[in-house]
Amino acid sequence: MSGYLAGTLAILCINLIFAYGIFVSAAAGQINLGGAGFQAIGAYATGFIAGTLGLPVWFSIPAAATISAFIGFLIAFPVLRTRGVYLVLATFAFGEVVSGFLLHTDTFGGAMGMVVPVHIELWVLMLCAIVVTLLTFYLMATRLGLAMRSINDDEEATVVIGVNVRAVQVAAFTIGGAFTGLSGALYAHNYGFVEAQYFNALLSIYVLLFVLIGGAQTAWGPLAGSLFFTVLPELFRVGGAWRYVIFGVLIVLMMVIRPEGMVTRDLVRKLSPRQWWARRAAVGS
Amino acid sequence: MTDTGSLAKPRFTLPGPAIAALVVVVLIGIAIAIGGQVIARQVVSGLMLGAIYMTVAVAFTLTIGVLNFLNFTIPTLFMLTGMVAWGVLSQGYLSFAGNAAWLLALFIGVAVAVVASLIVERFTFRYLKMKHGDSTEHAIPLVSSLGFLLIFENLVLIAFGSDSQRFKVPFNADLRIGNIVLGVPQIASCIVAVAAVAALTYILKRTKIGRALRTIAENPDTALLLGVDVSRVVPVVFILTGVLAGVAGALFTVNYGDVSAFMGDNVGTKAIAAMVLGGIGSIWGAIAGGIVVGVAETLSIQYFGGNSVQMTVWGLVLVIIILRPKGLFGGSAVGKGKM
Repeated sequence: MSGYLAGTLAILCINLIFAYGIFVSAAAGQINLGGAGFQAIGAYATGFIAGTLGLPVWFSIPAAATISAFIGFLIAFPVLRTRGVYLVLATFAFGEVVSGFLLHTDTFGGAMGMVVPVHIELWVLMLCAIVVTLLTFYLMATRLGLAMRSINDDEEATVVIGVNVRAVQVAAFTIGGAFTGLSGALYAHNYGFVEAQYFNALLSIYVLLFVLIGGAQTAWGPLAGSLFFTVLPELFRVGGAWRYVIFGVLIVLMMVIRPEGMVTRDLVRKLSPRQWWARRAAVGS
Repeated sequence: MTDTGSLAKPRFTLPGPAIAALVVVVLIGIAIAIGGQVIARQVVSGLMLGAIYMTVAVAFTLTIGVLNFLNFTIPTLFMLTGMVAWGVLSQGYLSFAGNAAWLLALFIGVAVAVVASLIVERFTFRYLKMKHGDSTEHAIPLVSSLGFLLIFENLVLIAFGSDSQRFKVPFNADLRIGNIVLGVPQIASCIVAVAAVAALTYILKRTKIGRALRTIAENPDTALLLGVDVSRVVPVVFILTGVLAGVAGALFTVNYGDVSAFMGDNVGTKAIAAMVLGGIGSIWGAIAGGIVVGVAETLSIQYFGGNSVQMTVWGLVLVIIILRPKGLFGGSAVGKGKM
């Protein structure tokens, strides 16, 4: 495999895990515009554990995901009290605080950044991406996933049915934190270097776009979104800035044509083989 | 919606001016009390910066207050003004205007920002509202505005490059008050910023269109029932947004003399912080917040170094959103109870 292809695949895997982290809370109706903050936590946690403490990488990556999940769990309680624009701003503020803190703290290299030892192989990234994808699909098929969808569609009705909305949202946010932290840890080990400036507001915006453009209704959405955003630019290969202009236009058009994202629940239903056979059988009888 | 008290008092006529003035006086008072020209000078330059943050924050708060829409294109409108002004000036299109060319360039910049803002309105709000009912329920306008952020910023990068450019203003007279040196552009920009916001409050309070806007802020459906032509009034919000962001961009350009494709990013995020500090949806809150953030930034850089600003400002924002979503100075409920 050529180095170029391997590089693109690695980015795709990281972006995919990152997108699923944001998707899990988006599926429960919570827009998280602080993704970069969680990713930074994961990246710096693994950097600190594997680099400064010198522990093995098979320990540091899961530990980083756990730390990120724990922080997600902690801030979920206060942050999820807010809604709408306030939630967007609160998560945005969280991301800014994290990168500001890392920028200001000398233990983590401050503005100089941090060297992360141990390069991980591509197959580890791919394995992680596949596991996270399957986990998310499984999650969306469980009762918890159903409750999340229900909250997204109609929160008040969900309360009436007897779902503990707060608990579901906190759970979604925590799982999202774990995935996002994992993507950060993988990023750190893949590139061998992290700096706080990378985890900026623009990164949070991009990953949120992956999810919302891909579609936040089903677990197919982030997959479509990350593929679209990672592979398309490589295909375009037009000059740097034009690529983003085309992106911007596509985003605006997307919102006009398909505001629920590329892959919607309806589309999945139409394309699912089981439905197809059912329709065929109905026509045949 | 939830508390009837908010219906009784108009949203934009809060304790307002008094609070904003008080904040300024207290800040200057503290600075002088602690003494030292250094602090006084920092406070003054913080106020100048604050005037710019304030104008942008008012633009943010206006769109959220009336339309419940966090408009992420505002920082790019700010940047467009500066870059377009520099662009037309450096290309020599305005050589006929002689000494006033820079002023004309800034006016063109603001005009471009207003036009851009109307384009954004066309694709984020109007169309979606027609097609999907109440588009504010979804993240749609937010995502579209992020799309426009990418479009505008990168178009400017293509047209003018990513380098920081020098915008020359043909005057740099300084005034001395005591030991504090004030630049004429700084004073002028403070006055213009205050005038712009005052004009906005006048429009909201006294004019017919202002009343229509406040009705929409209260409840769009009721506004429609009462005969407000919502689809014709909403663009006004975007025009006002474009003017405010454009004026702020022009002032920034004149004050600091540097323009770049990224000049809006920092100011935009600081303005969001200022808006949250002051209370989302409250104009006077945005003004007070802008001043506080401006002064806090210069003082923070003075004492703790440049890297500390982000953490302190956003830490404060996070705490305020969680503990006191109304903001430090805002007494009002945000419009519509939709939050």
